Amino acid sequence: MTLQVVDLSVRFGDTLAVDDVDLEVADGQVLAVLGPSGCGKSTLLRAVAGLEQPATGTVSWDGADLARVPVHRRGFALMFQDGQLFAGQSVARNVGYPLRIRHRPRAETARTVTELLELVGLPGYGDRLPTTLSGGERQRVALARALAVRPRLLLLDEPLSSLDVGLRERLAGDLREILRAAGTTALYVTHDHEEAFTVADTMAVMRAGRLVQAGTLADVWRHPADADTARFLGYATVLDAGAAALLGVPGTVALRRSALRLEDDGDLTGVVVSTRSTPEQQRLVVDLDEVGRLEAVAARDRAVAVGERVRLRLDTSRVAVVTGP
Amino acid sequence: MTWRRSSTALLAAVPVAVLAVFFVYPVVGMVGRGFVVDGRFAPDDVLAVLARPRTLRVLWFTVWSAGLATLVCVLAGVPLAWALHRLSFPGRRLLRGLVLVPFVLPTVVVGVAFGQLLAPAGWLGFLHLQGTAVAIVLALAFFNVSVVVRTVGSFWEDLDVRREEAAAALGATPWQVLRTVTLPTLLPGVVGAATVVFLFCSTSFGVVLTMGGLRYANVETEIYLLTTQELDLRGAAALSVLQLLVLTALLALAHLTGRAVPVDRVRARPRRPRRGDLLALGWSALVVAALLLPMLALVVRSLATAGGGWTLEHYRALGHVSAALPASALTGLSNSAQIALVATALSMLLGVAVAGLVTRPGGGRWRSVLDGAFMLPLGVSAVTLGFGFLVTLDHPPLDLRASPWLVPIAQAMVALPLVVRTVAPVLRAVDDRQRQAAASLGAGPLRVLLTVDLAVAWRPLLAAAGFAFAVSLGEFGATSFVVRETTPTLPVLIYRLISRPDAGDVGTALAASVVLAVATALVMLCVERVRP
Repeated sequence: MTLQVVDLSVRFGDTLAVDDVDLEVADGQVLAVLGPSGCGKSTLLRAVAGLEQPATGTVSWDGADLARVPVHRRGFALMFQDGQLFAGQSVARNVGYPLRIRHRPRAETARTVTELLELVGLPGYGDRLPTTLSGGERQRVALARALAVRPRLLLLDEPLSSLDVGLRERLAGDLREILRAAGTTALYVTHDHEEAFTVADTMAVMRAGRLVQAGTLADVWRHPADADTARFLGYATVLDAGAAALLGVPGTVALRRSALRLEDDGDLTGVVVSTRSTPEQQRLVVDLDEVGRLEAVAARDRAVAVGERVRLRLDTSRVAVVTGP
Repeated sequence: MTWRRSSTALLAAVPVAVLAVFFVYPVVGMVGRGFVVDGRFAPDDVLAVLARPRTLRVLWFTVWSAGLATLVCVLAGVPLAWALHRLSFPGRRLLRGLVLVPFVLPTVVVGVAFGQLLAPAGWLGFLHLQGTAVAIVLALAFFNVSVVVRTVGSFWEDLDVRREEAAAALGATPWQVLRTVTLPTLLPGVVGAATVVFLFCSTSFGVVLTMGGLRYANVETEIYLLTTQELDLRGAAALSVLQLLVLTALLALAHLTGRAVPVDRVRARPRRPRRGDLLALGWSALVVAALLLPMLALVVRSLATAGGGWTLEHYRALGHVSAALPASALTGLSNSAQIALVATALSMLLGVAVAGLVTRPGGGRWRSVLDGAFMLPLGVSAVTLGFGFLVTLDHPPLDLRASPWLVPIAQAMVALPLVVRTVAPVLRAVDDRQRQAAASLGAGPLRVLLTVDLAVAWRPLLAAAGFAFAVSLGEFGATSFVVRETTPTLPVLIYRLISRPDAGDVGTALAASVVLAVATALVMLCVERVRP
């Protein structure tokens, strides 16, 4: 029960939206496809769903090529960024839609709908109309609808992007629980690396139509394929091998903002260029001797003045080794 | 705020005044004539007219011929709308333009074309349809298929394709997607289009006049006959009032089915045809063939001699002045073009002002009243309007009988609703926050208009102008009343020519019809090109 994408390319006129992508999603796994907007990740998802015609390559399920299988026979379900609930139908009718078109008995449909609404945390919402729901509630209904027929593969296209930050974090956690509980295999497209980390087991990073890296969360996190990928994953700075050697780490490295910490017994020295307070800590820019300007943090209660010469320490657990150029 | 309000009032005053003088006054004048007998208000006599058996027969024919034609239009047009707006294939743009052509073809030309097609010696003569009601229904449908294609097609384009994709991904077959998602969303569009088509069919004048002969009359031709032939103004007034009431109700219905297009939608990229589309494609091809056939018959017959050979003689005759006519066909064409230019300018000036008014945010109730008021010319028969011009604008305070402005003004009134309908939705789609952003950046009202509104509206404006021009070029109903003997328009000349049995004149009429059809078709193809 695996999804395999081999050498897949999708072309729109002269532009190659998806360029020679290979992917695999194993049974029960959630794969996050992460990339900036316009990188072709949604097109990849649509090609898997059967909504785009690949220029080359194959999409197959358990070794069976899906090229000639139309969208509705693939047994996948697709959830859009804005849910695409049917406006004229109640929540219950929306969730029951995939069951009705399969002519399941009415009692069974009603039972499944009730269960699903409980699963997504909206019990008793069956008679509401989509227009009366909040954005988060709408996405929960869309998820319930997508899960209604136990799809072999759930395709999620930025399902949380239209929601505000707090809600997005909470729903991402819920989403992971729900997918786990239902044992769903899923392909999850997003541009938000934190969301990807919350929801997925494995991750694939796309840029300009190409797959730049794929692997487990930990792999990608510890060893970004290249500098751009590292930056996209939220690393503040990428240092080349020469600069990194001065810090005592081998190879090209990516530093998180909090990798350099102001500590009075640290082994690195530099001059503070600027400071900014956040509720958690102070964010500094430090001109590190021989290396140059880097971001660093300091505890909130430590008074820091611009121009002050300070000592810093490198936290190697917040440093990733970049494998590629 | 007050500045804005007073500028709005000023902007509103001009179109309202024009509508009052050149629409309400003539129509009320015409209708009033029927109600007032010997200086006494006598509504009873008018109402008695409605109970006449002849009136009932006319009403019944109007309803069933328009209803049947509407049904034909929907059945023919919906699949065609889908093929032309959701599929991509070579020649799609050209086909879209071609399908639009019948709508602006002069009614007289359509009458002539169908006559040629269905005549005993014509290509479809074996069907024995000439002079039957079926022929009229077919001609009415021919005219209005494009309304369904356009309206339903743009609905179809605006449909968020992701909704259908979501359904398909949930396991719905193409047929189930169509039934459970697409058609329910499309229904308001279909109902709206059908309403408008019914409205057009039931007010059709030229087609029924040229094809119905003495056997078939609808309300529109009956009003014409009553006023011009039998001088029964009371009967005509009664029918006009009835028509006004029914059509206003229909317009309101069409208005209700208007939609609010969601801002954040994903339009379908038209896709290549697939094997599953064959049935719908075949049907569409058949409809297109049926639309082309009468036009083709017209062209061929205009080139044929009585003996079965080919000739350009009819075209050469276009420049000749025959004894019975005030001007040659070429002069008629030139008259038509000049008049249509003026009419276009007038209807654009008015139409754009009205469109700007009705789409201004925060107008409230008055705005929708205004919106409805300027749609009224769609609902009032062109004949009533034309005759109203004749009886009200021929004496002080407003004597325009000899004025060259009369015909363009009448045509501008007919084209006005189309202009408003083309421009208003575009202006309405402009997010008002864009105007606010421009204003907050220091742009004055005129500057805002230029940078925000005109930037999106210039193409629809051009399209509306082309549309108005084409409609004016072929306008016959109102023009036939107010046209001046010295400067006849081409449709009027064609009608004169075909009303005379002389074979040579019919040939000239055919050639003139082709010229007029080609002229309007060219304008429409240009419109299609500039449409976004």
